Amino acid sequence: MSKEILKKSEVFYEVYERKPGADKLTTTYCPGCGHGIIHKMIAEALEDFGVQDRTIFISPVGCSVFAYYYFHTGNVQVAHGRAPAVATGLKRANPDSIVISYQGDGDLAAIGGLEILHAANRGEGFTVIFVNNAIYGMTGGQMAPTTLIGQTTMTTPRGRDPVNDGYPIRMSEIIATLEAPVYVERVMLSDSKEIMKARAAIRKALKVQIEKNGFAFVEILSPCPSGWKMTPSQAKRWVADVLSKYFPVGVKKDISAEFEGRKKEVKKVSKEEIAKILGIVEAEEVDKRVNKYVDKDVSEEIKVAGFGGQGVLSLGITLAYMGMKHGYKVSWLPSYGPEMRGGTANCHVKISKGSIGSPVVSYPTLLIAMNRPSLDRFENDVVSGGIIVYDNSLIDREPVRSDVTVIPIPATKIADEIGSTKIANMVVVGAIVKYLDLMSVEYIIDSIDQVIKSKKLADMNREAIRKGVEYMTTNYKLG
Amino acid sequence: MGDKKTKGHVVVNIEECKGCGLCVEACPVNVLYQSEKFNTRGYHYAQYKGDGCTGCGICFYSCPEPGAITVFKRWDKITEKRFCKNCDGERFVFTLEDKPGKYFCTACLKEV
Repeated sequence: MSKEILKKSEVFYEVYERKPGADKLTTTYCPGCGHGIIHKMIAEALEDFGVQDRTIFISPVGCSVFAYYYFHTGNVQVAHGRAPAVATGLKRANPDSIVISYQGDGDLAAIGGLEILHAANRGEGFTVIFVNNAIYGMTGGQMAPTTLIGQTTMTTPRGRDPVNDGYPIRMSEIIATLEAPVYVERVMLSDSKEIMKARAAIRKALKVQIEKNGFAFVEILSPCPSGWKMTPSQAKRWVADVLSKYFPVGVKKDISAEFEGRKKEVKKVSKEEIAKILGIVEAEEVDKRVNKYVDKDVSEEIKVAGFGGQGVLSLGITLAYMGMKHGYKVSWLPSYGPEMRGGTANCHVKISKGSIGSPVVSYPTLLIAMNRPSLDRFENDVVSGGIIVYDNSLIDREPVRSDVTVIPIPATKIADEIGSTKIANMVVVGAIVKYLDLMSVEYIIDSIDQVIKSKKLADMNREAIRKGVEYMTTNYKLG
Repeated sequence: MGDKKTKGHVVVNIEECKGCGLCVEACPVNVLYQSEKFNTRGYHYAQYKGDGCTGCGICFYSCPEPGAITVFKRWDKITEKRFCKNCDGERFVFTLEDKPGKYFCTACLKEV
């Protein structure tokens, strides 16, 4: 403690701008909560070690879910219990980053019990700060795996009974039995002496990661005055007098002196290799026919809907894939609702010059309805001035909207004439590409086998697209 | 301020204090107390008695709020009070070795 001034660490934001509400200076934690103390000690260590800029702090689910309000580091908020899995990915992809998995006892010992065991067993090079307060604090004080025998919680009103609920799990001891962890210690936030031990443990755990890329685990017995229904002072004493009797503090494992360090190498896989593995022929010069569309300003939000088996999804994927080949930004999102048989299957497609934020299409500019239920369901969602394309060989009514362009195409009938009703979707592809002048029809016909893998069907699909184009050319006098 | 034991100085940021009292309990020389008054959020905030701080920093590490307590270990460097524009009042000021000739407010840590 050589610093002359002990003040709020620069690893914290000066003002918690991300925090909603008027009060942006204080944390969301209750008075006397251990989280704040632990946050402070982590922040101080990160500042002292000079690793703030390469730290990724993982906020769990629990009271510390909003830790990203406070830490001016990289932040990821993860699903319940999955912090060690996410930390593994982050650390492996960015071996020079300092990854901190900050978890509570409900998060780490219950729902994420296996994630932490396997991450520890693999000896992943990140640091786990395990905040144990023996209950689920955020959700109102339910029993956690670490709740003591006889402890009253919301879900154990008569006290935890081992016959029903099992015994409190000592995570540090379990982790310490594994081969790979480098440093495992349990500390507590009871009095100032113990707090300083906790501070030392956090610093050491981070050192293990910074210097040797090893797995370190620090369990901190932390007071929860609100959950335990105590004053901050009582809670602090309860940690020392009761909690630490079952969860003894101390170093459970420490091989940091002899540990040689975990390798940081990342196997870089080149783009060419990935293409080779996936069997993708690396692209190919840009087709000249595509050039015409390079600067075309397009922003289509398309919904394709019909019966399952009508090729609704492949219609969408064809448009998206071909759009991509024409240099557009595209997205394709199949929608798997709880559809009954005979209901509607649909997919969302976006084709745009600019970037796409969300792949969801709620209000399509173009609706392709392949059956009556789809038209009934989505007709009203189409934006004013949009287009409704529908298969009038199957749909026995006309759209009622008058503020949209309605294009009936007897797609199933045309397809049937070619030889299979299954290719009605490609008739529609040909028709709308022609109508909107969205892409090069010739190019699509030539490269349809990139989407439709079956060679047998490729010719039929080409024919279907041609028929679709032909239908539009004759009926809408398109050049 | 004539107390010879005074080696450090502690400043409580009243609005950030949640009145948990852990610092008051932890202080080994009992120079912190909980105010009778409330801050704007209704907490009896902690306060420094004015002298006797040893600058040990125990209150800082006991406090769960990142910005509620600031401890200055060198009282001898906090020589005088000056007017702080930011706090709109007379505050003790301190100097920093790497910024000679400049004075910083102990309450808001900004230059006066």
